[in-house]
Amino acid sequence: MIEPSITRDSADGHFLQIKNIVKTYDDVVAVNDVSLDIAKGDIFALLGASGSGKSTLLRMLAGFETPNSGQIILDGEDIVSLAPYRRPINMMFQSYALFPHMTVEQNIAYGLKQDRMPKSLIADKVVQMLRLVHMEKFAKRKPDQLSGGQRQRVALARSLAKSPKLLLLDEPMGALDKKLRNRMQLEVVDILESVGVTCVMVTHDQEEAMTMANRIAIMEEGRIVQAGTPRDIYEAPNSLQAAEFIGSMNLFRGEICVDAQDHAVIDSEECANKLYVSYGVTTAIEDKKVVFAVRPEKTLISREQPESEYNWCRGTVHDIAYLGGHSVYHIRLENGKILNSFMVNSDRFADAPTWEEQVYVYWSDDSGLVLRP
Amino acid sequence: MKTSIRFSAVMFWFGMAFLYLPMLSLIIYSFNESRLVTVWAGWSTKWYGELFRDEGLMSAVWRSLEVAFWSANTAVLLGIMASVALTRFGKFRGRSMLHSLVAAPLVMPDVIIGLSLLLLFVSMTDVIGWPEQRGLMTIWVAHATFCTAYATVVISSRLKELDRSYLEAAMDLGATPLKAFIQVTLPIIMPALVSAWLLSFTLSLDDVVIASFVSGPGSTTLPIEVFSSVRLGVSPKINALATIIILIVSLVTLAVWWLSRRKLQREKLAK
Repeated sequence: MIEPSITRDSADGHFLQIKNIVKTYDDVVAVNDVSLDIAKGDIFALLGASGSGKSTLLRMLAGFETPNSGQIILDGEDIVSLAPYRRPINMMFQSYALFPHMTVEQNIAYGLKQDRMPKSLIADKVVQMLRLVHMEKFAKRKPDQLSGGQRQRVALARSLAKSPKLLLLDEPMGALDKKLRNRMQLEVVDILESVGVTCVMVTHDQEEAMTMANRIAIMEEGRIVQAGTPRDIYEAPNSLQAAEFIGSMNLFRGEICVDAQDHAVIDSEECANKLYVSYGVTTAIEDKKVVFAVRPEKTLISREQPESEYNWCRGTVHDIAYLGGHSVYHIRLENGKILNSFMVNSDRFADAPTWEEQVYVYWSDDSGLVLRP
Repeated sequence: MKTSIRFSAVMFWFGMAFLYLPMLSLIIYSFNESRLVTVWAGWSTKWYGELFRDEGLMSAVWRSLEVAFWSANTAVLLGIMASVALTRFGKFRGRSMLHSLVAAPLVMPDVIIGLSLLLLFVSMTDVIGWPEQRGLMTIWVAHATFCTAYATVVISSRLKELDRSYLEAAMDLGATPLKAFIQVTLPIIMPALVSAWLLSFTLSLDDVVIASFVSGPGSTTLPIEVFSSVRLGVSPKINALATIIILIVSLVTLAVWWLSRRKLQREKLAK
């Protein structure tokens, strides 16, 4: 197995620190005052739509772009002024950028040759890397004789060959089809974890980010909306932007009418009953407008009216999308609003509500979230 | 349906005849016994022997090849530099002007290029004493000048569509920009460099107008030699020379076709 490159931990325990990075192109602000701390061994995903600034941030880490201001501190050293070829960072490109005139072996050896490593050591290292990505049999092939998944393995091996302190992945699964993508996501994570390298990846695919990364930062319009573990971001989004970016949400706009230490009640015109959350919400008296959010899989559908005073609405089944494992119900409320609800298909031929049937959607007190509009 | 097939077949053979019949007659007449090009007097290979004994013509062939070789080298080298400046340095001041200046010789009549270069060389001789007299050196400079335009067009169009990430990947792996360019970019654009070189070589070998302006005593290239000998009456030796050139060109083309076909088949097999 390959030992992770030996590095001392920085004094404060943060391996990669991005401090107040700003990057503008002419008048457009691509990255706006971004700060992030990434720990050693993290697989960190920058998640955002195209144009959110995530790729620009990655290219600044690689050294292909220079920030207007801010610091990038890797393992205690400010690397902003270092040229790309002097940084202890390697990148796997979205298109892989394998050199077409070199064999798989020569591609992997390229970075090592730049370091003037002795030939025998290079050969050993190449064999080691080929074994790591299970490509021993393809050592003499040219990139255009490989399939998409094989090319990705070679690209990964090439970027890991120099044992970088930091590995960058630019849309790692972008060039693969859906089925291969799911398999490679897990395989790449296995490889990264066995090497123990710290990794920053960029993706627009939330499923990919959640599968591969142990920490995620959502970027929008050049800013970090929220950073945290996949579970934090999904279960406790800190803003409407974060909530809407990952997964889907049912939203009710309303005002807080009871605000106690351990619970809050929200009055919304969009729901016939009051909405209850089992945690206290600190609100200013003059600004009571909030958004109540509940995820579709946390709601339940029944034909009987719930007994509770809170957290349910009545509607008719507007549409059903049968997805095998679960069905997505679109429930139309009396005021025309559509709610999404997931129903797990645990019985093969259960007597589930069908089109135009009147149903009740309800959820428990600790399922909802209160967000600022 | 049937008539349309017959029509296209007729057009095909007509086109082929139009292109290749003149060459065929040239090849046949190179084996003519008679010293008059237009009168057939039986088979003979004597003009080939005559050709190799004609020192003036043979030295013109070598001179032309030499000039074409060096002109092509220079044109490709300058073409690479111009292409990099045009495609990789972003929007610098005077970029569009450089672009049109480099491309200008493509549309400039040869007569004007030849004449202006002649005037330049003459005044340079007056002012700085170089070139002392016109000869191979001046033909080389002239050919390199107009071939650079063609080479730049070929190379820059390839460089423009080349994915930037190849160069970035090389730099990411620790190569300095110059090293990355030599080790990665150049090999990838090699086919474009080869076509630019061949194009320049052919253009230089072919040129009679510009060369006749800037050539001097003792620097007669093959086209000039042929052109002036034709004025005195075509000798069958020229036919023999042309036949040899056609043979060489055909062999080279055939070899290139065979090599690329073999490479393609190997790639198919590997998949």
